Amino acid sequence: MIADAVMALLHVIVVGAGAPLLVGSLRTLKARLTGRRGAPVWQPYLDLRKLFGKTPVVSVTTSWVFRATPYVLAATTVVAALAAPVLSSRPPLGFAGIILVMYLFLLGTFFLALAGLDAGSAFGGMGSSRAVAVAALAEPTVILAVFALSLQASTTNLGGVVERLAGDPQLALNPAHLLAFAAFFIVMLAEAGRLPVDNPATHLELTMIHEAMVLEYSGRYLALVEWTSAMKLLLFLTLLANLFFPWGVPHVRTPVAILLGTAALVGKLAVLTTALAVLETSIAKLRLFRVPELLAGSFALALLSVTAVFLLR
Amino acid sequence: MERLGAQLARQVRARFGRSLHIRQVDAGSCNGCELEITGLTGPHYDLERFGLHFVASPRHADCLLVTGPVTRNMAEALRHTYNATPDPKLVIAAGDCAGDGGIFAGSYAVVGGVSAIVPVDALIRGCPPSPARLLAGLLDALGRRR
Amino acid sequence: MALAGYVLAILLGAGGAAVGGAGMLGHVWHVSWPWLVPLGGLALEMDRLGGLFVALVGATSVPVSIYAVGYAGRERRGVLAYLVFVAAMLLVPVAANTMTFAIAWELMSLASYLMVVQHRTRESAHAGWVYAVMTHAALACWLAGMLLVGAWTGSARFADWAAPMSALDAGARSLAWALLAAGFLVKAGAVPAHVWLPLAHPAAPSHVSALMSGVMLKLGVYGVVRASFTWLGPAPVWWGATLLLLGAVAAVSGVLYALADRDLQRLLAYSSVENVGIVLIGVGAALAFQASAAGPLALVALVAALYHVVNHAAFKSLLFMAAGGVVRATGTRDLEAMGGLVHRMPWTAAAFFLGAAAIAALPPLNGFVSEWLMFQALLQNVRLPMPALNLVFTVAIAALALTGGLAVACFVKAYGIAFLALPRTESAASAREMPGSMRLGMAVAALACVALAVGATGVVATLAPIAETLVPDAASVSTRGGLTVDVSSGFATLSMPAVAIALVGAFLLPFLALTLARARPSPRRYETWGCGRLLQTARMEYTATAFANPFTRVFDFVYRPVARLDIDAHPDSRFFVQRIAYDNAPRFVVDEWLYRPAGRALRALARRAAAIQSGSPNRYLAYVLAALLLLLVLT
Repeated sequence: MIADAVMALLHVIVVGAGAPLLVGSLRTLKARLTGRRGAPVWQPYLDLRKLFGKTPVVSVTTSWVFRATPYVLAATTVVAALAAPVLSSRPPLGFAGIILVMYLFLLGTFFLALAGLDAGSAFGGMGSSRAVAVAALAEPTVILAVFALSLQASTTNLGGVVERLAGDPQLALNPAHLLAFAAFFIVMLAEAGRLPVDNPATHLELTMIHEAMVLEYSGRYLALVEWTSAMKLLLFLTLLANLFFPWGVPHVRTPVAILLGTAALVGKLAVLTTALAVLETSIAKLRLFRVPELLAGSFALALLSVTAVFLLR
Repeated sequence: MERLGAQLARQVRARFGRSLHIRQVDAGSCNGCELEITGLTGPHYDLERFGLHFVASPRHADCLLVTGPVTRNMAEALRHTYNATPDPKLVIAAGDCAGDGGIFAGSYAVVGGVSAIVPVDALIRGCPPSPARLLAGLLDALGRRR
Repeated sequence: MALAGYVLAILLGAGGAAVGGAGMLGHVWHVSWPWLVPLGGLALEMDRLGGLFVALVGATSVPVSIYAVGYAGRERRGVLAYLVFVAAMLLVPVAANTMTFAIAWELMSLASYLMVVQHRTRESAHAGWVYAVMTHAALACWLAGMLLVGAWTGSARFADWAAPMSALDAGARSLAWALLAAGFLVKAGAVPAHVWLPLAHPAAPSHVSALMSGVMLKLGVYGVVRASFTWLGPAPVWWGATLLLLGAVAAVSGVLYALADRDLQRLLAYSSVENVGIVLIGVGAALAFQASAAGPLALVALVAALYHVVNHAAFKSLLFMAAGGVVRATGTRDLEAMGGLVHRMPWTAAAFFLGAAAIAALPPLNGFVSEWLMFQALLQNVRLPMPALNLVFTVAIAALALTGGLAVACFVKAYGIAFLALPRTESAASAREMPGSMRLGMAVAALACVALAVGATGVVATLAPIAETLVPDAASVSTRGGLTVDVSSGFATLSMPAVAIALVGAFLLPFLALTLARARPSPRRYETWGCGRLLQTARMEYTATAFANPFTRVFDFVYRPVARLDIDAHPDSRFFVQRIAYDNAPRFVVDEWLYRPAGRALRALARRAAAIQSGSPNRYLAYVLAALLLLLVLT
């Protein structure tokens, strides 16, 4: 019980505190790649601290949905963090599988999309409509990609997948695994609002997805929204890292193992973040109505992956 | 007055010292100032390294960077933008027009400087102000430059 | 008078819930009156499965009838039909022979037909006509199936069918199954027989819609389950695979049409098509698993399907009740004439919100648990060594996942456009909250949605024995420690109380942290940011059509929309536009490719046949003579 509580606290701290650093490093890396010095990697912490100190402005047309949404986003992201195998293959909500995690994120999307509509501005509605479209189209790929994994591991429990796959020496050579990784990587870009699906740095309302929904938020509400979207990115990268490269994830909960696991996670995240930064500086945003084609492509990859498992068994 | 000014500078630094999000408002400018402001985001001036960042909505902003003589058509929009920005906030007028109307002062279409509509915290002179001057002015307003 | 009727309905529902609940827990009984009607007489038989559906009908009609007290008020028309409707639905699941079943089923159909046409408008007349035609085409199908089986087995009693049917050859059994399933699927609203649903639901009063969608459709599912699992002996794999594919098609197309619709009640009707599709995926999976000798997996799938049946009754009746309140208050069913109702009808808005979150399968509500179970059942298809079947399952998994995402989009649209932001019309601006009894009815259904989620282990523990009567095999869904649902010993686990507690805790966490850090200055209220524009009006809001636009573009191969653009320019210059009309309505493939040609063929046939009806008595006598001669020759 106490071990569970300590693990839960560690998960919240690592994901909560690590997320701004991840986003900060990503921005700095991208700045360096485009020939700028960029903000320091800890800049997001300063931004968040400042936002928490401001008096928010809330539109007169909004309802409770608008004000509850940042807290709901925080709740869904924290619970997803407790359910994901971040530090070890035995997360605090050890019973959970990918379906719970995905539907928690959908709950967040549901609220955020409603909040986008709540203020009654055309930008918000546009962002909501696009965000739910991307989320809905990404859903089958996520489920099928993880289905391919759980076919190999014969469980849908995330920790169980990590443990069983870590014991498979030929995992990296398995075509099904590689296809599923590619599919999941693409939907990660879509779910976390990264290029080429959504440009997190855009100022142009007509090209926005996530940003358009949160145009109305300010002060602590904005801080929570930004923080949780950073945490969502961290969680998706962690799932990519620990599900598809399950090596180095400890299967026990001793302090030394957790420490080593954290180090391994940081290493894997560093690699993935660099890859993401390079990718984001080298490609342009897709036109909105080309995004479904990209997602259909990722779906085809996931389907191929599942078929490969059936063929190779 | 001196002491008050120093206190204000300290407060501003404490609040925004290393993170200032700017919403740029064109209140009728000839776009000369905008060209110079765009220069700030490039690799040469790179204002992001100071923790300054342009944002897409006044709700996200701590600072309004207003350019141009305020035209009659933009006066109400400027007031809306000011009210839409969460407190505490700064208003910085950039360019000679934003100061007092510049060469457009006295025109029937112009209300006057930015301070005629909303309270201004700092003014950056120049027609247009160069990116270096804009940066210096912004940092001055933040009380970071000695 | 009207009040007494609805109070009677409440009592009837409560009694049904009690009797059904007892039956569901194993209190089985049997009564018959063989002399009452010909062909086997009346016979009722309570078993666990029947008990579940009786309890479901009863428990759903309680809050709906409470709601009806306020909704229907003193309106006398339809009260009797409503009572007959509830009573008939309570009888269908316990009917033990063909005659009883046919009587109960017809009473249910006729009573609901009367209520569909109750408003006596052109629209409801059309809806009633389509409903009557579909229902009776369905009746012809399943009755033919039942009479065939009765003739083959020599008994009209359902319980006597399984043993002799098992001895028959597969072709005959499949013919009977096809007839029975086709008949029941029309009632369940499966694609392509769903056409009556989106017409009947907006036409019927809302409490009737709530019951029709919440439970009457489920009786169609009940028929399919009975026919597939108990009446006809062991099922071949293709029955299950067919239901799986039908379910996948119904789920995806149902939610897609719901997403594109602007009419609140029609949207809910299409969403029922979607949910019936999800249930059919579960039933089909169970059937396919059972036919492949994977009994434990069949049990998981069947429990998931039954769980979803129960859940859908709870949240769909809730949504129809809330929608009825909204339509009553605003005088329109068009989403784009609503808006801002959360400020004027906070209770109704809260009820709709809860129902929307539940039907979109969001945790920690009940829809999530049944979809989760469904996924776990489908994902285990890998244990079947049949590549073709595996592929069918994979398609169903993808369809279910897509449906989940699209349902979120659909209900964001429904709630966001109808309840949030500024009112779009005068009538929306002057809407009033519903009276107490309507709110009470909704509150009961809303509580059920929460209870069915947090009490997931209890629900599973109740449903598993029911499913075991159909799939007699080892238990594969169990509850661990009273709080965790465990599928196939560790394949997947879920603890809903833990999820709920974690979510509530994590919701309060930043709240408390901010309060402790004294970082909660109360917000300043100001207008919505609109790039400095002078005033905000409802015309600037995103509309339901605009919201659905990304989907209509991506899925245009389903919608096949016809875009029409009419521009009226000023007579002096084409650059001065006076009026623009844009229409991008979806077309309905099923209508165009199936029902219109069928209707044309039927009319052509009728014209040919009219030649026989000459009106001359001599000719009719000749027909009689010919018929008699034919009979003599044949016998």
